[in-house]
Amino acid sequence: MKAAIVGVGLHPFGRYDGKSALQMGGDAIRLALADAGCQWSDVQAAYAGSFEATNADAVVSQIGLTGLPVRVIFNGCATGNALLASAAEAIEHGEHDVVVAVGMDKHPRGAFSADPEASGHPDWYGEAGLFLTTHYFGMKINRYMHEFGISHQTLARVAAKNLRIGEMNPKAWRRKALSEEEILASPILNYPLRQYMFCGPDEGAAAVVLARPQLAHKFAQPPVYVRAAELRTRRVGAFELMCTSLPLDRVDGPTQEASRAAFEKAGIGPEDVNVIQLQDTDAGSEIIHMAENGFCADGDQEKLVAAGDTEIGGRLPINTDGGLIANGEPMAASGLRQVYELIHQLRGTAGNRQVPGNPTVGYAHLYGAPGAAGCAILSR
Amino acid sequence: MTDSRAIAEGLFTWPSEEPHLIGSRCDACGLVVFPTAEFCVKCSQQQLSDIELGQRGTLWTFTTQQFRPPSPPYVGDESFEPFGLGYVAIDGQCMVETRLTEANPEKLRIGQEMELRIVPVRTDDAGRAVVTFAFAPVD
Repeated sequence: MKAAIVGVGLHPFGRYDGKSALQMGGDAIRLALADAGCQWSDVQAAYAGSFEATNADAVVSQIGLTGLPVRVIFNGCATGNALLASAAEAIEHGEHDVVVAVGMDKHPRGAFSADPEASGHPDWYGEAGLFLTTHYFGMKINRYMHEFGISHQTLARVAAKNLRIGEMNPKAWRRKALSEEEILASPILNYPLRQYMFCGPDEGAAAVVLARPQLAHKFAQPPVYVRAAELRTRRVGAFELMCTSLPLDRVDGPTQEASRAAFEKAGIGPEDVNVIQLQDTDAGSEIIHMAENGFCADGDQEKLVAAGDTEIGGRLPINTDGGLIANGEPMAASGLRQVYELIHQLRGTAGNRQVPGNPTVGYAHLYGAPGAAGCAILSR
Repeated sequence: MTDSRAIAEGLFTWPSEEPHLIGSRCDACGLVVFPTAEFCVKCSQQQLSDIELGQRGTLWTFTTQQFRPPSPPYVGDESFEPFGLGYVAIDGQCMVETRLTEANPEKLRIGQEMELRIVPVRTDDAGRAVVTFAFAPVD
């Protein structure tokens, strides 16, 4: 028995001065309930995530105090996957019939910053300027380009694609297409990554209503099923964020492990997937994650991207709502934004961004500090 | 540099004419890590020995830090100069994440030989240089 997604809601990502993360979470839940055609009083349990809200379960104050259990989960950028997995498992285990998952965040402008000690790092690491996430992405894609022959032009093509799709998406944050030349002319932040190749932290919320499959017919929307939602942390030897040292030999990272586990659980392979959302913290991440999730061999991205295979009309449509590059990243909401987009693609309601060919299988991937990845597979 | 203090105790031998980074080797499985650790992330044993890491290695990957990291936690001077960052593979030991003395990507190359340096990160209230470790290309 698989949990059915029967409603999705998105508080568009962006900047909302004077509006709290909890308020945006409440709005996202209301939108998801309206989509599902049910009431908050029908919901028996919720899973909530936020980095910035001190108690994510306080979201009930924005929607109604019905006494339901609300469990809080936070896994950094992979939070959305953990929320989805927990909500789906509560249904699969027969614990509840109708469950909501909600992620919401509200980050200040600029690179993520925090107390190194609270993240298990010594003070000197932050004092010396090493406690940042962005330089990792520069180092990872630089090594990848060296090993597998990926060009700077391909980085620019990926950023241009996601910004171009963002221009088509009324709910995106960045809605201005930029040419590859403009992207390559923007300042380097962490070589080889430039300003317009990075996503930015922002604000927003997303919510999902899940139900027992036997009850799915009672809701307003056709069900989409959660076939798998797998999360993995790093092993010794994986090249991950915030590693003060690494062994000399590499092993696969959490993305490869979560991806393989998700495909195994769903009983399908990458060739069966029709629409894909990948963690594009930066253009290089999207390129690397294509291979790490099994959608191509290392190095093939150079020709796949040039041929337009990752465009909405291509063979491997990736980040069909503009991804993180166009939507920004409110950490705990980001993964459920991917689910929102996949649900609309699988229902055939994605409008001018609809993937052609009546897609039936969607894939969502998240990755973030300190080396955790989540992969989810949804299908009609 | 003689009247300077290290950014943290036990990170590298200092003051020293021949500074070394100080890491740990697991007595059970041999895993080498930097900085020193109280348990092994590979086999979870708690018996580890301090070791001095080699002063030379090869550049495994690199990037540049073109914008000033947020403060706190960064303590560098307000007048920010971009710096390089990378992983240097030290033969037979481990790869270390490190600042690089070179911030121009045109002058950095994966696979090139690198050497340990101790560099200032800021000046403290008493006017002394606070120093940290970095690696420099070997000419």
